[in-house]
Amino acid sequence: MNVQLYIWQRATAVVMVPLVLGHIVVIFYATRAGMSAADILSRTRGSIVWAAFYGIFVAAVAIHAAIGIRNVLHEWLPLGERRAGRFALVFGLLLAALGARAVAAVVLP
Amino acid sequence: MSAAHVPYQLRHRGSPLWLAALVHRLSGVLLAIFLPLHFLALGLAIDGEAKLDGFLRWSEQPLVKLAEGGLVFLLTVHLLGGLRILVIENFPWTGGQKQLATLAAAVSLLAGLAFLARVF
Repeated sequence: MNVQLYIWQRATAVVMVPLVLGHIVVIFYATRAGMSAADILSRTRGSIVWAAFYGIFVAAVAIHAAIGIRNVLHEWLPLGERRAGRFALVFGLLLAALGARAVAAVVLP
Repeated sequence: MSAAHVPYQLRHRGSPLWLAALVHRLSGVLLAIFLPLHFLALGLAIDGEAKLDGFLRWSEQPLVKLAEGGLVFLLTVHLLGGLRILVIENFPWTGGQKQLATLAAAVSLLAGLAFLARVF
C-alpha cells in the first residue's frame, strides 16, 4: 500500500468512527420484531440530517473498503498490485453507486 | 506440540494480537461482501414501501436474525479493532494491548448477543 492509499484509508476510518457508532445506535433503536418500511421511511424521507449522515458514510466506506480489499487481494491471492488495484477500483465504484442509490431510496421524499 | 517445536516463522500466530489482526481483516472482508447486499435491500424502497416491506418480512426468519446478530458483532469488532490501530499509530505506545484486544472481542460479542436478545 502506498502512502497516499494509507492516508486515505486511515482518514476514512477516522471519519467513520462516529458514523459507525451512530449506526450501531440506530440499529439498536430502530430494529424490533415486526418493523415496517413505513416506520423506517417516516423517519428518513425528507431528512437532510440523515441524507448527510449516510451520504458521508457511503462515500467513506466505499473508499475504505476498496483500499482494504485491494490490500487483501494483493497480499493473500496471487494477484499483482495492478490487477488488485483495478478490481478494488471497480468494487469501490460499485459500492459508491449502490450506496448512493440506497441513500436516495430512503431519504428522497 | 510445545512452543519449542513450532517453527519460528509461525510462533507469532499464537499471540492474541496476531489473532486480533486476523479478526480485523476477516471482519473487514465479510463486511465488504455484505455491504452491496445491504445497499440493494435498502434500494428496494425506490420502488415503493411494499417492496421494502416484503424484504423486512423475509428478514424475520430466525436464521436471518441470527446472521444479523453476526453482522452486529462484525461491525463492532471491526470498529474497535480499527480504533486500536488508530490509537497505536497516532499516540504513544501504551501497554495492555492484549487485554484491550480481548476486551474489544468481549464487547463485540456482547453487542451481537444484545442485538439477538432484542430481535428474538
